[in-house]
Amino acid sequence: MRLTGMQKALWAAAGIAVLAYATLLRDAGPSPGFVAGAPFHPTFSLPDETGRLLSPSDFGGKHLLVFFGFTNCPDVCPTTLAEVAQVMDDLGPDAGKVQPLFISIDPERDRRLGLADFTAAFHPAIIGLAGDAAQTRAAADSFRIHFARENDATAPDGYTISHSPALYLIGPEGDWLRQFTYGTPASEILADLRSRL
Amino acid sequence: MKTLAFSAILSLTASAAFACETVTLGDLIIQNAWSRATIGAGRPGVLYLEITNKGSTDDALVGIATPAAGMPMLHETVVSNGVASMPHAMAVPVPAGQTVALAPGGYHGMLMDLTAALKEGETFPVTLMFQTAGEVTVTVDVLSMRAEGPDCADAGQ
Ligand SMILES: [Cu+2]
Repeated sequence: MRLTGMQKALWAAAGIAVLAYATLLRDAGPSPGFVAGAPFHPTFSLPDETGRLLSPSDFGGKHLLVFFGFTNCPDVCPTTLAEVAQVMDDLGPDAGKVQPLFISIDPERDRRLGLADFTAAFHPAIIGLAGDAAQTRAAADSFRIHFARENDATAPDGYTISHSPALYLIGPEGDWLRQFTYGTPASEILADLRSRL
Repeated sequence: MKTLAFSAILSLTASAAFACETVTLGDLIIQNAWSRATIGAGRPGVLYLEITNKGSTDDALVGIATPAAGMPMLHETVVSNGVASMPHAMAVPVPAGQTVALAPGGYHGMLMDLTAALKEGETFPVTLMFQTAGEVTVTVDVLSMRAEGPDCADAGQ
């Protein structure tokens, strides 16, 4: 089949439109729905396992790698924490410039089961934070992420939690930098961090 | 008593090198069964493996049973609109001529009500129930909590 110049132009236009639409879909991730260019400073005030209340400004200008999860989550959460652990190992001397944080969205049960033991099993640098219900909801709202407790008679204690499984990168000034969607390889996260440190 | 029996199973297999065994059931080949270590028995464990259907009829994994957990179930992690949840999966389809994986971020065996902590380096048996092919028991290798895939020489092939 031979295409006329006009047909070629039309096909090219259609191709560009499809690409543009695909880009739009990809970039229109549901969370967080911030406006590009507008400053976004997600925050939290949550205790670690010793009861010390921590906020983004308490980490001495480090980059923060933030993950919301719960320790009764045997599939998605360990996968992401393992990636974070790998990144911390691979950062070598730069590891001190990055603070990985695991914010529990199931704080009561996670405190009971032991959050620090859990995070330490992945990497000693990871700090687990577990507040009360209000502090937890405030942190999730500030990061514009979703989590919801869902009753499920077959789940441990009769409930499970749906949640945003991405990893969030916060800059030294508390500014939102980007998210890494679930399943982003450690090597990609590492390369991104290296370009910023 | 249940715990005692289970400990016996674990200690028998604790020192064995990882089998990464391949098990055949009719047209089905099951391999790369692995799990992650747990801290204590208070949180659920997980089960991953690969099933290849070399036959010309579709089958499906419809259930799992193991002495390692009081309530093992098939789950599927679904990420939809940026939110992850893991509903119960009634069956994992194993179409003719295809390989399906229970793998991180997708189908998995959810091992609730663990009998004992799953310790790295140990193994435990899991019986898989298929709609057509029947039942078969495979050996599951318990890897580190940080493991992201099976730890066999032929892993990922
Ligand atoms: Cu599950």
